[in-house]
Amino acid sequence: MPIPGSGLAKGLAVTLRTMTRRSVTAQYPDVQPVLPPRSRGVIALLEENCTVCMLCARECPDWCIYIDSHKETLPAADPNARARTRNVLDRFAIDFSLCMYCGICIEVCPFDALFWSPEFEYAETDILELTHERERLREWMWTVPAPPAHDPAAEEPKEIAMARKAADKLAAAAAAAEEGDA
Amino acid sequence: MNLLDTLLRCVATLVVFLVLPLVVGQTEHKVMAHMQGRLGPMYAGGFHGWAQLVADGVKFAQKEDVVPSGADRRIFQLAPAVALLPYLLVLLAIPVGPGGFVGQAIDAGIFFVLAVMGIGVLGSLMAGWASANKFSLLGGLRTAAQLMSYELPMLLAAASVAMAAGTVSLPGIVDAFHWWWIPWQTIGAFVFFTAGLAELQRPPFDMPVADSEIIFGAYTEYTGLRFALFLLSEYAGIVVVSGLTTVLFLGGWHGPFSDSLGWLWTLLKTFALAFVVIWLRVTYPRLREDQLMRFAWTVLIPLALAQLALTGIIKVAIS
Repeated sequence: MPIPGSGLAKGLAVTLRTMTRRSVTAQYPDVQPVLPPRSRGVIALLEENCTVCMLCARECPDWCIYIDSHKETLPAADPNARARTRNVLDRFAIDFSLCMYCGICIEVCPFDALFWSPEFEYAETDILELTHERERLREWMWTVPAPPAHDPAAEEPKEIAMARKAADKLAAAAAAAEEGDA
Repeated sequence: MNLLDTLLRCVATLVVFLVLPLVVGQTEHKVMAHMQGRLGPMYAGGFHGWAQLVADGVKFAQKEDVVPSGADRRIFQLAPAVALLPYLLVLLAIPVGPGGFVGQAIDAGIFFVLAVMGIGVLGSLMAGWASANKFSLLGGLRTAAQLMSYELPMLLAAASVAMAAGTVSLPGIVDAFHWWWIPWQTIGAFVFFTAGLAELQRPPFDMPVADSEIIFGAYTEYTGLRFALFLLSEYAGIVVVSGLTTVLFLGGWHGPFSDSLGWLWTLLKTFALAFVVIWLRVTYPRLREDQLMRFAWTVLIPLALAQLALTGIIKVAIS
C-alpha cells in the first residue's frame, strides 16, 4: 500500500521537474523554425524544363494550376523533313488559396519542372494575391534546397546504375578484345 | 519628528503593498508557464515580459466601469475596497526586521491581524450579494462558508504559536523564536498555511471563484479597475499570508547575520512561501465544495487541536 500523500508529492515533483527543463515554445517570428528537408512550403517552377504536357494541371485534385500555351512551328532544318511544332508556355499559375499541398503535381512532372521549397511566409491580406504567376513561381526556385543525400545503404539511383552497367560492359569488351589480340 | 516617522512608515508600507503583489504576480506568470513547459509573457517591457502586469494594469484602467442595472450600486462599488484594504492594514503590522522594523508594532498583533484578515473575505461576500447575479451569489456564499470553516483552524494554529512564545505581539513572537520551534510547530505551520490558502481562495481551494463552473464567482459582474483591485487583493493576500507564516512559524528575520540582514531573511522566506503558493496552484486540481468542507472540519481542525495540545504539553514540560 502506498504511503498516504505520496500521490500529492509526486504531483509536486512533476511540476518542479518540468520547470527545470527547457520549455518547448517556438518563438517563431523572433527565431525561424528549423524545418526538416523536404518541407512542403511552396511550389517552385523551373519553367525552362516545362514542356506544357499538362500532366500537373490534370492530376491536381483541386484544379489550382492554370496553364495557357500556344504552338510554335519551327522551320525544318532539312528540306526533306517535316516542320516541327513546339509548345510555348504563356501562363503558369498556382492558386495557393486552393492548393492543398498534396505534391501530386511535383510527383507527376516527367521533366522535373516543379519542386518543393520550404519557404512558407507568403501570407497575403487579399486572397487573389495567393495566385502566384510564373515569374513568382520561378523566383521560388532560388529557395529550393539541394536534394538530401541518399542513405549510405540505399539503392543506387537508376541513372547511375545504368551508366555503370554500360561502362562495365564496355570495359569487359575492351578487356576481352585485348586478350584476343594477345 | 514623530509625525514624520509615522508618515514614513505608512508610505513605506504602501510602497511595499503596491510592489510586492506585482512581483508575486509576475513570478506566478513565469513560474506557472515554465511548470507547464511554456515561456509565459515575453514581449511587454522588452526583457522576458517584465512589464506584463503594468501593461495589464493599463488595460484594466482603460476599460469601461460597468455596474449592472439590478445591482446594489453603492455596495457593489464599495466591495473591491473592502476586499483590498484589510491586507494593507495587516501588512502594517507584520514585522520585517529586528529593532522596530515594522509599520506599526501592535501589542495584540495576532488578534489584530487575524481579525482584519477576516474582513477581506467580506469584500467577496458583498460583491457576490450586490451583483444581482446567481453565479455571483453562489460564489459569495461559498466564500462565506469557506471563511467560516477555515478561520477556525487558522486561529487555533496561530494560538499554538502564541502559547509557545507566551505573547500575542508579532515582534515578540519572532524574538522568542528558536530553531527547534520549526519541528515543534510543523503541524501548526501546515494548518495555518493551508487555511490561509483557503482564505485567499487560491487553487486548490478556489471553489468560490471556480471560473469553469460559476464563471468567476463573486467577481463575475466586475470589469476594469474594480476587477483589477480584486485581483490585486488576491496577490496582496498571498504576500500577507506568506509573510504571516514566515513570522509565526519560520522565525521571521532569524538567520545568519540577522542583525544587519534580518529584513532580507524575512523577505526571502516570504518569497519562498509565495513560490509554494504558486507551485500548489499549478499542481493540484480544484477541490469539490463538499471535499473542501470535509477537509477543513475533519482534517485541519483536529490537526490544529493536536498541535495545540502538543504545544501545551511541551511548554509545561520545559518551564
